[in-house]
Amino acid sequence: MPSLAELTQLIVFALLATGVVVGSLGVVLLPNVVYAAFLLGGVFLSVAGLYLMLNASFIAAAQVLVYVGAVNVLILFSIMLVNKKEAMAASPGVGLRRLLSSGVCAGLLWLLLRVAYTTPWATPGPEPRGDDAVIRLGEHFFSDYLLPFELASVLLLMAMIGAIVLARRDVFNTDVGTGEAVDQALIEKERTPLLLEKTRP
Amino acid sequence: MAPALNLDLESGFTSLLEAAGLSSGVSHLLWLPLPMLLVLVAAVVGVLVTVWLERKISAAAQQRIGPEYAGALGILQPMADGLKLLFKEDIIPARADGLLFSLGPVLVVVPVILSWLIVPFGQHLLISNVGVGIFLWIALSSIQPIGLLMSGYSSNNKYSLLGGLRAAAQSISYEIPLALAVLAVVMMSNSLSTVDIVDQQSAAGILSWNIWRQPVGFLIFWICALAECERLPFDLPEAEEELVAGYQTEYSGMKFALFYLGSYINLVLSALLVTVLYLGGWGFPIPVETLAGWFGLSVDAPVLQVFTGALGIVMTVLKAYLLVFIAILLRWTVPRVRIDQLLDFGWKFLLPLALVNLLATAALKLLFPAFFGG
Repeated sequence: MPSLAELTQLIVFALLATGVVVGSLGVVLLPNVVYAAFLLGGVFLSVAGLYLMLNASFIAAAQVLVYVGAVNVLILFSIMLVNKKEAMAASPGVGLRRLLSSGVCAGLLWLLLRVAYTTPWATPGPEPRGDDAVIRLGEHFFSDYLLPFELASVLLLMAMIGAIVLARRDVFNTDVGTGEAVDQALIEKERTPLLLEKTRP
Repeated sequence: MAPALNLDLESGFTSLLEAAGLSSGVSHLLWLPLPMLLVLVAAVVGVLVTVWLERKISAAAQQRIGPEYAGALGILQPMADGLKLLFKEDIIPARADGLLFSLGPVLVVVPVILSWLIVPFGQHLLISNVGVGIFLWIALSSIQPIGLLMSGYSSNNKYSLLGGLRAAAQSISYEIPLALAVLAVVMMSNSLSTVDIVDQQSAAGILSWNIWRQPVGFLIFWICALAECERLPFDLPEAEEELVAGYQTEYSGMKFALFYLGSYINLVLSALLVTVLYLGGWGFPIPVETLAGWFGLSVDAPVLQVFTGALGIVMTVLKAYLLVFIAILLRWTVPRVRIDQLLDFGWKFLLPLALVNLLATAALKLLFPAFFGG
């Protein structure tokens, strides 16, 4: 009979693994985009739990902070901001498209399974660092991984500036689509008047 | 406190059970839920006290008397509130999304209660001295907006949805300066662990508390903590005059009680964390070692150890409730900000300020390693 700690680990692993697999299937297959987004949060949380089981508590906390707290909240936020109930017209050849995409997915799964079974994994893996991991991560970031670390920050800066340029359309004088001159103050002014003007008799 | 501490409750409890004829595994299993239960009870009692304080102080601020018939000075009023919510009918609106509607409040409360894991009331008086410590709280508190968005969306009500969106926007914006303020403290104490952060402030009593070394960080943290708790002046997600009650509009009974409980647990937790990070945690204004020296006692004496443990709990709770008092006073003195002012303040003022604070702390740490942690 396995010891109490081993049994707990086994049960927790089974729960987390089921959460990851079922959750990600739900993210892909559910037609309701809001459910998919919430399930994505659940998948991220389960992955954080798996990190925690590997004794990598810092990575687990960072996973929760970045993926659940920032990425998933932003996804939900944008879904809810554009929450228009539009009846989508069924695109032509849905059956064929679904067949093709599931074929591609099955191929990818087969490839990954093959990699997983043919790679000679070193078991048991390296000794977990535990709480020491934060210090080691910092050392690596500022020595041998300095260039990728800094490049990632430049990439994020570029993405941020790009997003601001795209969002602040009022910096352009002309409409990108029509080429007409655009009011600097409020781009939507002419098309949607906020208050109807009173017409005096 | 010395490492040779005799107040090891766990070994005392398990040896007691083993003497009664149980195996060590079973007695360990029986021990495991006890600290969690204790903290849950402590959190709920803390909320009851805070609700009573809120009612009484609000009344005093408005020259009223406040609750006075339920128990002496109305101290049983929060219990009456809780009972009322317990017996109320639990309504799920007809067009609402039942599953998400029920899951939302749970997702709001659970991370807040989990964060109590890292609050220390003494050198060994915390559930778990995890290495990631304060970072765990920052990570857990970022789950909360998902629950708020969930309940706002599933209520199928425009006020709820707006409240949920506001809560998420507010929480994302104020998380960043909050984390940067914490990072400055972590930089000074070279550790994320809450116990190490308090230990680093215990050298010279009140003079070595972080509030003197991190005054700007303290203010940033306090403002952001109020914003994360959605207290006035930052209670936009549930602003009564604009949004009925924000994401809570459709909730009643126990589900509403969960939101209520969550927000007050969060307030007490934030006050406790300000205490830990900036006000010396369980430390007395005069170090206990100095006090013991005056009375000619050894620090390792059992009597003194019990006294120090008790003093630690009293000091932590006292400081935390002082901050809760300030938060309640702020509620009745400061008007609510507008949503654009709130976001501008977070992104254009607090974030640069927190970055400058971090940079200044790093520079001071290099210049005066003796004062700012070597």
